[in-house]
Amino acid sequence: MTTIATSGPISAQSRGWLARAWTRNGAGYMFLLPWFIGFFGLTAGPALVSLYLSFTSFDLLTAPRWIGLDNYIRIATADPKFMASMRVTFFFVLVSVPLKLIFALAVAMALNRGIRGLPWYRAIFYLPSLLGASVAISVLWRQLFAGDGLVNSFLANFGIEGPSWISNPNYSIYTLIVLAVWQFGSPMIIFLAGLRQIPQDMYEAAELDGASKWRQFWKITLPLLTPVVFFNAVVQTIEAFKAFTPAFIISGGTGGPINSTLFYTLYLYQEAFGFFRMGYASALAWVLLVIIALFTAFSFLTARYWVHYDD
Amino acid sequence: MTDIAAFDETQQRGLTKRKLWMSVLLHGLLIGGSFIMLYPLLWMLSASFRPEEEIFSSTSLIPSSISFDAYPRGWFGLQESFGTFFWNSFVISILCVIGNLMACSLAAYAFARLNFWGRNFWFAIMLGTLMLPYHVTLVPQYVLFLNLGWVGTFLPLVVPKYLAVDAFFIFLMVQFFRGIPRELTEAAMMDGCSAWRIYWKVMLPLSLPVLATAAIFTFIWTWDDFFGPLIYLTDMRDYTVQLGLRSFVDSTGLSDWSGLFAMSILSLVPVFFFFLFFQRLLIEGIATTGLKR
Repeated sequence: MTTIATSGPISAQSRGWLARAWTRNGAGYMFLLPWFIGFFGLTAGPALVSLYLSFTSFDLLTAPRWIGLDNYIRIATADPKFMASMRVTFFFVLVSVPLKLIFALAVAMALNRGIRGLPWYRAIFYLPSLLGASVAISVLWRQLFAGDGLVNSFLANFGIEGPSWISNPNYSIYTLIVLAVWQFGSPMIIFLAGLRQIPQDMYEAAELDGASKWRQFWKITLPLLTPVVFFNAVVQTIEAFKAFTPAFIISGGTGGPINSTLFYTLYLYQEAFGFFRMGYASALAWVLLVIIALFTAFSFLTARYWVHYDD
Repeated sequence: MTDIAAFDETQQRGLTKRKLWMSVLLHGLLIGGSFIMLYPLLWMLSASFRPEEEIFSSTSLIPSSISFDAYPRGWFGLQESFGTFFWNSFVISILCVIGNLMACSLAAYAFARLNFWGRNFWFAIMLGTLMLPYHVTLVPQYVLFLNLGWVGTFLPLVVPKYLAVDAFFIFLMVQFFRGIPRELTEAAMMDGCSAWRIYWKVMLPLSLPVLATAAIFTFIWTWDDFFGPLIYLTDMRDYTVQLGLRSFVDSTGLSDWSGLFAMSILSLVPVFFFFLFFQRLLIEGIATTGLKR
């Protein structure tokens, strides 16, 4: 305040203020310029526009027509495909994420005890999650679980005649779950890093007190690892909600048979780029955002009851 | 006394024996697990060298006879060759790598080292965009690119990277930049270096590991991306490898499995290359920041 009082006439004062503000903040904002353009032009702006579009009927060719809450009402009450895709997606998330995390933690525990050949095992278990996102792997899965695919040839050795896993609506979703669980490598690596942070002397103390390995796991390892479990659970769940490529390739873009692999994202894609119902697709996107936000908020709210932070 | 010593010794021996057995069992399980994990990949590799009629009958990894026919057949299996698709994927991926490295490191430097009004606010916003599913911006972005006349070109896939939309890499770099000793940049500032010079001459040269990690992950994710090319690329001449594979599935009606597998194997080669030679960077990148893949 005192500097302003002594800095002379208004114009010089304001120029001085601007100049000072510039020297203090200018560089930061210049460095952030690309990000700002991206944030407003490609993220925040489009997100708001899509919120607006979700209240319209829009086919790309004619201007959006305001229809109020109609899209949302149809989603909630009169869209069996939406309900089907919700069921499929939630089932996929709730089954694949826990299984993936259990595998990741179990293998990480096995690898943690200064085992010989750790780099080899870690590399092999990590490889699928690096390759898994590509179309090639989905193509492979399509063959593995086809009626005359590898899995059934294998079962035939034992005299079992397997069904066509891909084209049977009772089993098709499980092929996608297996594919997701197969890629447990990256949460495993995060678990390994977390396990390494647990002080070794805690186990030594527990050993002296005669605690079994099993008890040590439940009383030391798991509580101290809960922040990592939490992180992995949140990240993997969001990823699972967003899964697209495997369902698209394995079902040939249909989400079939009988909508049994109709991931939410696949349904959204069909509405937007199959039927060009852009307004409806925007409403679906906002429903997805709300679901993910609710889920994340729920995880953070419950975290204080089960996540152990040492402070 | 001798009794007790002898008892101790047998117990000791029993313990080490048990330990040995446990270790053998553990390695057995892990080797078995590794084999199951890799089996589908190895099988696909061997299937690409197999005579077509054998693919559906054999579960073994060793083909009865080796044939390379599937590779040229797959390569020229569509009206555009896979050479075109590989070239397109390569160009898009490289351009995205350059964009991400430039734009994300600029933003990360501002967040990690510069003082400016509203920094914490914008940082929180940036972290918030990490959670945003891309579907929410999908339709308006498509409309925007359509109006710019960019649909059917590489631009919608590449330009966003130059505007630092991958918040993930900003976060990764901020974490790394914060670990660089402040004295280094402060000394440079005392010498009258501008923020730009410090960024370019001090920060970036000290940050090669994180830049390499970001580059490799950008390359792999762009290479593997299917959704973006699916909606923005319309002409087969512009297709990426992933789209090429998908067209192969559609056009051959799954009659040429070995050709399809051959091209699938080739599409995995660049990713596998990074896995082989930069594994440590990838694993450290994941471990320290909790990357999603």
